[in-house]
Amino acid sequence: MSDLQAFRQETRDWLEDNCPQSMRSPSAGEDMCWGGRNFEFSSEDQKLWMERMGAKGWTAPDWPTEYGGGGLDRAQHKILKEEMARINARSPLSSFGIWMIGPALLKFGSEALKQQHLPPIVRGEVRWCQGYSEPGAGSDLAGLQSKAEDMGDHFIANGQKVWTSYGDKADWMFCLLRTDPDAKKQSGISLALFDMETPGVTPKPIKLISGSSPFCETFLDNVRVEKDQIVGEVNQGWTIAKYLLTHEREMIGGMGMAATGADSLGQTAVKALGMTEGRLNNPILRAEVAKWEIDGACFALTAERVTDEIKSGHGVGATSAMLKYYGTELNKRRFETLLKVNGSRAMLWDGEASKGGWLPRTWLRTKGNSIEGGTSEVQLNIIAKNILGLG
Amino acid sequence: MALVLNEEQQMLKESAQGFLNEFAPVAELRNQRDAGSETGYADNLWGQMAEMGWAAILVPEAYGGLEFGHVGMGQIIEQTGRTLTASPLFATAVLGVTAINNAGNEAQKAQLLAAIAAGELTTALAVDETAHHAPAQISTRASLGDGGYSISGSKCFVVDGGTADRLIVAARTSGLAGEMQGISLFLVDRTASGVSVERTQMVDGRNYANIQFDNVLVPATDLLGEEGNGYAALSATLDAGNVYLAAELLGIAQESFDRTLQYLKERKQFGVLIGSFQALQHRAAHWWSEVELCKSVVLKALQAMDANDRQAPALASIAKAKLSEVAELATNEAIQMHGGIGMTDEYEIGFFIKRARPAQTLFGDSSYHTDRFAQLSGF
Repeated sequence: MSDLQAFRQETRDWLEDNCPQSMRSPSAGEDMCWGGRNFEFSSEDQKLWMERMGAKGWTAPDWPTEYGGGGLDRAQHKILKEEMARINARSPLSSFGIWMIGPALLKFGSEALKQQHLPPIVRGEVRWCQGYSEPGAGSDLAGLQSKAEDMGDHFIANGQKVWTSYGDKADWMFCLLRTDPDAKKQSGISLALFDMETPGVTPKPIKLISGSSPFCETFLDNVRVEKDQIVGEVNQGWTIAKYLLTHEREMIGGMGMAATGADSLGQTAVKALGMTEGRLNNPILRAEVAKWEIDGACFALTAERVTDEIKSGHGVGATSAMLKYYGTELNKRRFETLLKVNGSRAMLWDGEASKGGWLPRTWLRTKGNSIEGGTSEVQLNIIAKNILGLG
Repeated sequence: MALVLNEEQQMLKESAQGFLNEFAPVAELRNQRDAGSETGYADNLWGQMAEMGWAAILVPEAYGGLEFGHVGMGQIIEQTGRTLTASPLFATAVLGVTAINNAGNEAQKAQLLAAIAAGELTTALAVDETAHHAPAQISTRASLGDGGYSISGSKCFVVDGGTADRLIVAARTSGLAGEMQGISLFLVDRTASGVSVERTQMVDGRNYANIQFDNVLVPATDLLGEEGNGYAALSATLDAGNVYLAAELLGIAQESFDRTLQYLKERKQFGVLIGSFQALQHRAAHWWSEVELCKSVVLKALQAMDANDRQAPALASIAKAKLSEVAELATNEAIQMHGGIGMTDEYEIGFFIKRARPAQTLFGDSSYHTDRFAQLSGF
């Protein structure tokens, strides 16, 4: 038996022994595990599953073991994903720590910062949020004004952040702050880390058109930031910020396509509209559904091709800006089609039958996909400038 | 399988690019058109291609071919989209080889595939009978009598139909138009008695023909495959045809993009390069993104044919539908962004839209393949 075959067998056995039965089905709607100091688990199994996977390092399978990660190489990581998919195992932990600040720390952080922050992220003990946008700095992120003043042995931060995802539920924030007020826009920014319980940090949820409040505005009022909690060099945070934005784009682009459960759009349409002689009853919608599925398939293949090209060293291929742009626009289109497919039923805002108005609320939420993490227009600017060389 | 070319496929792509740029560039299309060429390509072009082995790429080694696979052949066809090169590659080396290889018996394969691989035989696939692709709607009849089959009926828009040595004709030996059962494939000499060929003048300047069959006598040995059961092989051949048309359209979409991008960086209005206008930048960026999706689906569809993947038919329709849409976008944007000069015959950009539309339409346009994809997906 090859090493990989042995690894597959071990993985299969371990998952069989350790994945609770109730965690072997797609998580419905909002029932995701985010971990952190104040997280309310929806079940004992959810907690158990996160803790077991965290202890094994498999919440962050490809991070080095010295920081609590799984230490898996690419082939092993693929096997783990396949074996989890085989039993429909849920993701044990959703985490901006794993998706965003963790990779940034691995790339730019000091040894001490890695030792301090990475293992709790892997174990799901600390939940992170991102302090990027400000009321006056959205698409023009580098125009941010929140500042951190050098007080000798520490910084004092003041300002206001907005669109802080789950800011009211997070334990720590990674935050862009202006540390040199005289420097030109992009220079003079630092990436700082601080505990959300630090005095002066006040997150306030923002109610969205979807009715939920996944985002906060976060006020910083004389917040003490320790000097050893700056990632990379002081005033060099923009490079890391850009790296993180790329990560975020990939995440949003990819996430958009994965979130509607087991049925394809076509299958959903069949159930909702019925068929006559093997064809969906509404011919115009049938065409709309088919066109979406064709574009959806082409997009999924492109995400696959980009990954394969990076792996085989064939240059950069299509960039994250394209995936973000296309993926989010496609997701918005999917939900518009889903509304039509479901008719007036799709307008149910609340109640048992509509699962709490899941469809219209999710539909409204998708409108933010092409705004957050850089608008579609910003992505097109990036493509035009960086890839096509149009100035 | 990873969605990337291997080293050999990449080399073939580059050598095809070099050859076509040198011997069959867009300027050659103009020459052929203006000279009223019968074939649509220079006399020695097919010989050169065959010499490089291009005619033999899809032919199994057992029949004297290279058996290099669809991904490799796809790279060549994609490049012919960039240079708008007409040649027997599509009708003979793709459609002919695929039909014969899928349906033919040992003797037919041994004889015909070897001849194609050597560049000594050209073929044309005669399927459609109206202006709209409908492979089951075949009325042309073949009836078995003394000395073989007698074929009567008509076919239209047959690619290379005016010049190919042998026609592969889909005819009905039983059943009614619209039924898949009862369709048979026949090998018919273009010059056989009772065959009348009328060349059509088309927007892309290529060689298509409307063909009449009037009691054409075909020996039973020229039945390709089982009588009445030809639809499966025909369908697989059309799938291949559509994937290669998608590959050609990919070349067209890319080349018209590259040329337009270049123009955006050269043309000045209001004292600045027009590429500095965001209105054009965003459209160019969107166009580029669409082409990226096209590259993925064409490669996947080619790989699926090489792997005999059961998703291959659905992927063929996805690829043809998507590429037809994007080629339409690409060639329209190319002209609009070029402005007035894009409307002139003297400038080459206008040739791309004139080849794109027939390639989109042949064997089913985006509406046909969107419908077929939906059917294959169970809705």
